[in-house]
Amino acid sequence: MSSQAIVELKGVNKSYGENHVVKDLNLTINEGEFLSVLGPSGCGKTTTLRMIAGFEQQTSGTILVEGEPVEDKEPFERNVNTVFQSYALFPHMTVYENVAFGLKMKRVARNAIKERVQEALTLVQLEGFEKRLPLQLSGGQKQRVAIARAIINQPRVLLLDEPLGALDLKLRKQMQLELKRLQKRLGITFVYVTHDQEEALTMSDRIAVMHEGILDQLDTPNRIYDFPATRFVADFIGESNIFDGLAEPQEGGTISVVTETGRVLCRGTSGFTAGEQVQLSVRPEKLRFAPEPKEGFELQGTVRENIFVGTFIKSILLLSNGQEVALTSLSGQPIPEVDACCYLFWEPEDAVILHAHSQEVWSTIANVDLSDFTPEASA
Amino acid sequence: MASRSAPTSLRKRIRRKTPLLTMVSPVTVWMVILIAVPLAYVLLISFCSTDESHHIVFAFSVQNYVKLFDPTLLSIYGNSLLIAGLSCLISILVGYPFATIMANSSPFKRTLMMAFLMLPFWTNSLIRLYGWRSILGSNGFINSVLQELGLITQPLELLYNHFAVVLGMVYVLLPFMVLPIYTVILKLDHSLLEAASDLGARPARRFFKVTLPLTSSGIFAGSIMVFIPALGYFFVSNLMGGGTTQLIGNVIARQFKEAFNWPFGAALSIILILITLILVRAYTKTGGKMDDLGAM
Ligand SMILES: Nc1ncnc2c1ncn2[C@@H]1O[C@H](COP(=O)(O)OP(=O)(O)OP(=O)(O)O)[C@@H](O)[C@H]1O
Ligand SMILES: [Mg+2]
Repeated sequence: MSSQAIVELKGVNKSYGENHVVKDLNLTINEGEFLSVLGPSGCGKTTTLRMIAGFEQQTSGTILVEGEPVEDKEPFERNVNTVFQSYALFPHMTVYENVAFGLKMKRVARNAIKERVQEALTLVQLEGFEKRLPLQLSGGQKQRVAIARAIINQPRVLLLDEPLGALDLKLRKQMQLELKRLQKRLGITFVYVTHDQEEALTMSDRIAVMHEGILDQLDTPNRIYDFPATRFVADFIGESNIFDGLAEPQEGGTISVVTETGRVLCRGTSGFTAGEQVQLSVRPEKLRFAPEPKEGFELQGTVRENIFVGTFIKSILLLSNGQEVALTSLSGQPIPEVDACCYLFWEPEDAVILHAHSQEVWSTIANVDLSDFTPEASA
Repeated sequence: MASRSAPTSLRKRIRRKTPLLTMVSPVTVWMVILIAVPLAYVLLISFCSTDESHHIVFAFSVQNYVKLFDPTLLSIYGNSLLIAGLSCLISILVGYPFATIMANSSPFKRTLMMAFLMLPFWTNSLIRLYGWRSILGSNGFINSVLQELGLITQPLELLYNHFAVVLGMVYVLLPFMVLPIYTVILKLDHSLLEAASDLGARPARRFFKVTLPLTSSGIFAGSIMVFIPALGYFFVSNLMGGGTTQLIGNVIARQFKEAFNWPFGAALSIILILITLILVRAYTKTGGKMDDLGAM
C-alpha cells in the first residue's frame, strides 16, 4: 500500500468476563480510505469501533492512532470522532449548538465557531435548520446533524456505527451516496460499521469481514466477492454454493475435488495436498448447465424450480445428496425444465478453493461409496 | 366492521344520555371525600372569622388575608423560605451525588442503597428526630466524645438553632430529593455522555453541559418535594429548633392548636397551597412530568 497507516490494531483482544468478543484482531486502516467493518450481529464490530474511540479498553493488544498508542488517552483526547447509530444528538440543544459543541469544547473563538458551523451545515445540506431542536427533525436530518457534529473538529478518522441503520431504504441509498461524496471531499478516513453487505460493497475502498470476533478477510470489495478467504465470507457476501470435498491435485495446476456428489474441478493455488479436506465456493452465476458430462465433472442435479428475476433466471437444483444449489443464467438462454436431470459444471478458475476449518464432517464423507450414486437413483 | 360500529354508537348514545354522576368511579368518590371536601372547607372558613369563644362565624370577610401581611408574620415567611431553600439546596448537594452513585452501581448495590434510603420510613420520623437530639444534645454523643477527647470543656450548643432545623429537614426529606433525581439519571441516554466525551468534553464540562441540563427535571421535581414540606414541617422545627425557629407550618399549627383561630390558620394554609400550585405549574411548564412528582 502506498498510503500511510492511520489506525493500527495489533493483536487486540476484548473479553467481557468469560465472553471473548474480539479475538486477536490485527487491522491496519490507511489514511483517507473508506473502510467498512462488515459482519453479522454480535460479531464484535461495535466493540472494535468503541475501542478505537476510547469508550472501551481492550483486554490485550495495542491500538495506534497516527502512530501513537492510545491506551492512556481518554476519548476526549483522541483525534477521532464518532457518528453514533442512535445519533446521540443532545436533546436540549439546537442544531447549531449540537454542531458547535465540539468547537466550544476546544475553546474556539465565537466568530470562528459561527463560520465553521455554517460551513458544516452547508456541507450536509441543512442550512436554515440552526434553531431547530433534534425533536423537530426527521431521521435523515438527525443523521446529517450527527455527521456535521462529528466532522466539525476535523478529525483524522471518523468512526461510523451503522449510521444509516434507522433510515428507510430510499433515504439510505441517498445517504450512502452523500456519505461517500462527503468522504471524498473531506479526505477523512472513514471506518464504517455495517451489517449490510450491499452497503459495504458499494461504498468501501476495503472491507473487513468479521465473524465471531475474528477478522476473516480484509480486502477490496471485488476481491472479497471473487476470492472469499473463508467459507463464512463466501456465504455472507453474496450468494454462494459451497461444496465439501477432498482435494486431489492434478497436473497443470488444477485440483480435482471429490465431493459427496461426484468429482469436480477447480484451479488450485499451491498449498493443497492430496487428500486434504477442502471447501469449494461457486457463485450461482458461475455455475452452468451442460448438455453432456464435462471433462472432470461428475456433478448432476435435478431442477426443482426456475424463478424469473427480471434479466436473469434463478434455478434451484437438488443434488443427489439432498444439497440445494442455486444457478443463475441470463433470460433467453435455454434452460432445463423443472424435474429435468442435468449435468453441472463451472470454469475451473471460477471456483474458489478453501482449506476446511472443521474436521468432524469429513470422516463421514470419506466413508461414502460414491459409486452407488447414479442420477436415476436421485430422480 | 359494521357489526362492531353499531354497539359503539349505541354506547355513545347511552353515554350522552346518562347523567354524569352515574359514570363516577369509586376512586373519584374517595378523592372528593378525602381531598376536595376538606379543601373546600378550608377555603370557605378562610373567609370567615371567630367570635370570643373561638367559634367560627360564617360571615364573608377578607380580614384573614389582610392579617397575612403583618410584619412579624412577613419575617417568619422570610425565615421559613430561607430554611426551606437551604434544606433544598443541601438536599441537592447531598442527594445528587448519592443518586448518581446509586444509578451507576450494580443491581445488588442499588437495592442496598435503596433500602438504606427507605429504611428510615419504617420508623416514625418523630422517633428518628429524637435520635438526632440524642446525638446533638448537650449531653449527646458528639459533645460527649469531644469532651472525652478534651477538645472542648463546655458542651457545644448544636441543637436549637437554624442549623439543627435544616439538618433535621434534610434528614427527613432527603429520599424525596434522591428518588426523582435517581429516576432521571437512570433514564439518561449513556451515548449522549459518550458523544460529549468524543467531541472533546472533559468530565467537568460534560457534567455541566450535558448531564446537569438533562437531569435538571429530576432536581426540580425533588426540590418541589423537599421545599414545600420544609415550609410546613413544624414538628422538625419544634424538636430540632426548640422554638428558636418559626416556620409557616408553626404559625399554622398554632392557629389550629393553641390560638383556636381556624379561619386565620385556613388562610395561611391557602397561601401554602398557592405556593405549591405555582411551583408545580412552573415545573410542568418547563417540561416536568406530574408522574415524576407522584412516583413516590
Ligand atoms: N458491555 C458489554 N458487556 C458484556 N458483553 C457485551 C458488552 N458489549 C457487547 N457485549 C457482547 O459482545 C458481543 C459483540 O457485541 P458488539 O456490540 O460488538 O456486536 P456488533 O457486531 O456491533 O453487533 P450488531 O450488528 O448487533 O450491532 C456480543 O455478544 C455482546 O453481547
Ligand atoms: Mg453494533
